[in-house]
Amino acid sequence: MIGNFIGVLFDGIAYGSLLFVISIGLSVTMGLMNFVNLAHGAFAMVGGYACVLAMTRLGVPFLATLPIAFVVSAAAGIVLERTLYRRLYRATHLDQVLFSIGLVFMSIAATTYFFGPQQQPVQLPAFLRGQVHVLGIDLGAYRLFLIGIVVAITIALTLLIERTRFGAEIRASVDNQQASAGLGINVYRVFSLTFALGSGLAGLGGGLGIDVLGLDPTFPLKYMVYFLLVVAVGGAGTVKGPLFAALILGVFDVAGKYYVPQVGSFIIYVVMVVMLIVFPRGLVGRHA
Amino acid sequence: MSAAGLPTQRWSKLEIAFWLIPIAAFFAFPKYLTLGSQILITALFALSLDLILGYARIISLGQAAFFGLGAYTAGLLAKYGWGEPLSGLVLGGLVASLAGLVTSFLVVRGQDLTRLMVTLGIGLMFYEAANQATSITGGVDGLSGVVMGKLFGVFSFGMDGRTAYVYSLVVLFIVFCCARTLVRSPFGLSLRGIREGEKRMPAIGASVPRKLVAVYTIGAGIAGIAGALLAQTTQFVGIDSLGFPRSADLMIMLVLGGTGYLYGGIIGAAVFMLMQDYLSNLNPVYWQFWLGLLLVIIVLFARGGLLGGLIALRQRLASRWE
Repeated sequence: MIGNFIGVLFDGIAYGSLLFVISIGLSVTMGLMNFVNLAHGAFAMVGGYACVLAMTRLGVPFLATLPIAFVVSAAAGIVLERTLYRRLYRATHLDQVLFSIGLVFMSIAATTYFFGPQQQPVQLPAFLRGQVHVLGIDLGAYRLFLIGIVVAITIALTLLIERTRFGAEIRASVDNQQASAGLGINVYRVFSLTFALGSGLAGLGGGLGIDVLGLDPTFPLKYMVYFLLVVAVGGAGTVKGPLFAALILGVFDVAGKYYVPQVGSFIIYVVMVVMLIVFPRGLVGRHA
Repeated sequence: MSAAGLPTQRWSKLEIAFWLIPIAAFFAFPKYLTLGSQILITALFALSLDLILGYARIISLGQAAFFGLGAYTAGLLAKYGWGEPLSGLVLGGLVASLAGLVTSFLVVRGQDLTRLMVTLGIGLMFYEAANQATSITGGVDGLSGVVMGKLFGVFSFGMDGRTAYVYSLVVLFIVFCCARTLVRSPFGLSLRGIREGEKRMPAIGASVPRKLVAVYTIGAGIAGIAGALLAQTTQFVGIDSLGFPRSADLMIMLVLGGTGYLYGGIIGAAVFMLMQDYLSNLNPVYWQFWLGLLLVIIVLFARGGLLGGLIALRQRLASRWE
């Protein structure tokens, strides 16, 4: 029973870690640009397909496809940011919502057209398959790997934001755009680079997630709620908030589906609505 | 509109001409009455969102929850022996507006993003609930076995769709008249005030949350009536009546037509449904692509939608002639 519970907790944390990697970029775009971007999952999907194509068509091993996923998604992000997103920074939230839903629909249709509607396969290397025996409990090797990656990414991101000059520019731009621009920070360049970084991380998450979340053209719509949830519940513009939120959601979702499968995804929506009511500004709210 | 006081309740010639179109369509296209009644029902649904989004600026991605609730209410009533259409319609609307009232307190808190998420969450909750409660709703197979009685005990819902069309048109017109009166009343003006400057409304003594709760409840009720209409005229309720795509499509229609005119949703619904009927017959996947492209183009180049564009055009022409 206890071992079972730890297993569920572990799976939930691994799942939450994955949600965090994908959603952290969304947190930055929402916090930094105040842009409600429902199409964030599309960048994760781009990363996932880059990963699969590199593996199946070019024979690149799985671990080496992850950087490719990051770069491809980041490139897609920077192109779209420069051409389309930038025009809508000052638009209303309604316009942003409509625009990004439009992008989601287009990405789904285009992906179906090029790669078909079926699920895409992923071939994990041998050492990531199977179970690892830790302290008397069997843990999935791949899930352990996911958690490890997320710990590394969180540390790297925290260092980037807290310790580097670029991080200081990001923090300054989040806090006050006009004052930052007045101090000589090229706010638009900061926007572009953070957008690219966020898209790249989403792509990385999309590649990592094929084994857990699956990958098919409806991916951006299927998981849209989860990504938005992480950001809305965690609080936009921070790293810590989405991390907590992603872990909480991951654990509740896995535990709910494990212990009370008859109610399905119902639990996660209840958790979400309750959290939004209790913390309207998110767990780690930034006060304007 | 007069300089001071309330907007006029009088009907302009253009509006009267507009309502003659669906009547003319009834006689002109007798083979397309089923599609016609679908358009009318969707137009009613779009009207419900226009009140919430166009007038009160609440971004709702979960309007289908109330549509589906009305549909299941009417469908279940008819399935278990209460086949009288009008009372079923009223009950569908009442149940949906009750659900709207209860959930509105969650929605009016918070800002755009929170509202968006809460409405989305509520919609998904209703969907999941209907999906899991297969013994009541039929789950993904949908609710079948709906047997409708005759309208006024005289007109039955036949295959030719004549009764369904006229019934839908009359309901749409009556609800539209109510909504039109509502938005031109002091209440409607205060909604417009909230839209233009939410922070200043309390300064003139208006309670913003109370008005938002009221309009959200009314909108939910209208969505419920639309859902009940669909259930009654098709004698079937599918689980997609609660789904997120329906909420998203609805928003697209409204934005395509233009928000905040009441007519925008109706025009948008008609254009959208006709396009969908034509394009998705060619290929459903392409249809989604064009839909997405359309949205992006509307947002980037055509804010205000079709109706907004027409009104701007008319003003420009008028100023040139003077």
